[in-house]
Amino acid sequence: MSDSSDKNKETFGKTVGFVFIVCVVCAILVSFSAVQLKPLQVANKLLDQQTKILEASNLLEASGKDPKSIVATFNKYVEAKMIDLASGEFIEGDPVLFDERRNARDSEKSEKLENDPAGISRQSNDAVVYLVRNDAGAVETVVLPIVGSGLWDLMYGYVGLEADLNTIRSVVYSDHRETPGLGAEVMNPKWKALWPGKKIYNDSGEPVIKLVKGGAKAGDVHGVDALSGATLTSNGVTRTLQFWFSKQGYGPFIEKYLAANSNGGMK
Amino acid sequence: MSSDAKKVLTSPIVDNNPIALQVLGICSALAVTSSMANAIVMSLAVILVTAFSNLFISMIRNFIPSSVRIIVQMAIIASLVIVVDQVLKAFSYQLSKELSVFVGLIITNCIVMGRAEAFAMKEKPVVSFLDGIGNGLGYGAILITVAFFRELFGFGTLFGIEILPLIQNDGWYQANGLLVLPFSSFFIIGLIIWAIRQWKPEQVEKD
Repeated sequence: MSDSSDKNKETFGKTVGFVFIVCVVCAILVSFSAVQLKPLQVANKLLDQQTKILEASNLLEASGKDPKSIVATFNKYVEAKMIDLASGEFIEGDPVLFDERRNARDSEKSEKLENDPAGISRQSNDAVVYLVRNDAGAVETVVLPIVGSGLWDLMYGYVGLEADLNTIRSVVYSDHRETPGLGAEVMNPKWKALWPGKKIYNDSGEPVIKLVKGGAKAGDVHGVDALSGATLTSNGVTRTLQFWFSKQGYGPFIEKYLAANSNGGMK
Repeated sequence: MSSDAKKVLTSPIVDNNPIALQVLGICSALAVTSSMANAIVMSLAVILVTAFSNLFISMIRNFIPSSVRIIVQMAIIASLVIVVDQVLKAFSYQLSKELSVFVGLIITNCIVMGRAEAFAMKEKPVVSFLDGIGNGLGYGAILITVAFFRELFGFGTLFGIEILPLIQNDGWYQANGLLVLPFSSFFIIGLIIWAIRQWKPEQVEKD
């Protein structure tokens, strides 16, 4: 490889020195690019999240895809609030700094689940909910983040609910690694269009929303067509939804919220 | 541009293609060719990394102690890959969400190390830089060809624009599920290699 004159020059000290210099130069290059590009990356991530939340509350068409108008629409209509999942109470905290994925790995901020149908293994104690108001200031949609195992990996998404917190406005997945053409059809607009109007809870208050293999019967308000060729992804979506809308998930929050708002409260 | 430099730049595209002839970098060619957009971004990333790793390694080739040369090449390549990944995250977030894993794997793409070791360690910086671009282009040409067939027949789209309307969207085309899966690239790459060797019989290996 290298010419013979190199071999003569090669000593232990020179080799170590050379490697050291290369490492320092590389480290500077990497840290410089990471630090310089950080603000753009954070802005991108936030924009992506806000886009999904607007999509879940049917505001995306009104705002358009332009980043500025997405941020403006989000800031105008959407209020993010932290809740404690177990009690369902609103708590203090900055929703922008909240990171569900980081919390779920932190033993002080999350619980290991004994009963874990959604396959998430640890659940963050807190969550962020998004209250989406209309021009009159009344809460029209509540967007709740969900996470659960699909076939390959965790799938992250948002469920938009009407003000009764039972009727689905939309189910929007933001991040998943499902098989293209099969499980990844959770992103297909045709499939997403099946969700509006479906009800999560039955008359006795249990979350019974599910995906139905072979297609939901006409008039079934709790059933949505499963994804063809993606049984495991479909099962994952069903379990994720039923888990998050049970007592372990947003159940307590939904109960408290409805109680507070039935007597003309929060407007 | 002198004819030598031109040859360094263009010969890897067909005559000495890194995938079709050298059979390097197959694994990423399987993974990222499900759509044209992915394939093009991945090709650009590999072109940049190969070109600049060749350039930097060639610049310091006379100082690299031969006992640690592989690890020095690795450090330079890894740094460049991280920078490319960071730039993607900053300027093309949607694509980086899909490609991030594979961009990281450029580090292990044999083309980059192969060219550093086989070319840049011996040649001058400028010609090494061109060799890097050429090999990146050769890699990209195969990637984009594979992606063209996979996206068109697997999803009925090109660059996400509908060409063959799918049955599930009330069209007439039944998507080919095989082409959606990564290993289908094996068949397409095999056919490409066959086609190139029909055209250029001198590439056929002697028994």
